[in-house]
Amino acid sequence: MANGSGRPLSPHLQIYKFQWTMALSITHRIMGVGLAVGTLLLTWWLVAAAVGPDAFARAQGFIGSFFGMLLMFGWSIALYYHLCNGIRHLIWDTGKSLELPDAERGAKIVIVATAVLTVLTWIVGLAVW
Amino acid sequence: MASNNKTLRSPLAHARGLGSAKYGTEHWWHQRLSALALVPLTVWFVFGVIGHLGAGHAAFVAWMKSPFSAVMMILTAAVTFHHAQAGMQVVVEDYVHVEWQKLALIIAIKFLSFALAAACVLAVVKIFIGA
Repeated sequence: MANGSGRPLSPHLQIYKFQWTMALSITHRIMGVGLAVGTLLLTWWLVAAAVGPDAFARAQGFIGSFFGMLLMFGWSIALYYHLCNGIRHLIWDTGKSLELPDAERGAKIVIVATAVLTVLTWIVGLAVW
Repeated sequence: MASNNKTLRSPLAHARGLGSAKYGTEHWWHQRLSALALVPLTVWFVFGVIGHLGAGHAAFVAWMKSPFSAVMMILTAAVTFHHAQAGMQVVVEDYVHVEWQKLALIIAIKFLSFALAAACVLAVVKIFIGA
């Protein structure tokens, strides 16, 4: 296939057999973008606290609303996933655990850790809210 | 690029002018460095947020009056925005292939990230010094 350089083009996505590791890879990126959007709420929260009690109450009110809680739930999953999978990436950067069985075991650990940490956080969070 | 097999330029000279051999290594390193820093910062942040869910203004201000908490919050915000803009840059570079659109998006992301980071830092400083 032509790409202007006369060199061969790597095959497109649909030619590969599905593997869990690829799903985790793209999920890491999607969660990262979601968290980047979440920094808007972080900024609102901090700036509102600096502005005064009324502004802070509005921000806390939004976070405590149904939509706010839904967002917080999504962001807690994204945060834990990106954190756990990020550590997996940092391990890879040392040159370790790059073999397929290790990569697949790491994927399972990340999924389980994300689920456990998210559920645990919300149990504790709702208890103290 | 329009490749010409009969060019007199060496492959290395080509590569040097074309995207690799720029700031890739430094960008990669800063992404990892900020990721590493964000591991403990995120854990601190999560505990902090859980501790202040539905908290009143006074409780939040008291939290940010502690030098340790204020420093941790400033670090969390600053490193988060640094990491976010570095990551978003890679996402844009991977998916946006029209040069001016790619550049415009990256500039917008960086300007917005630094502006939000500055707002976060100023907010914490303002609460800390009680202005």
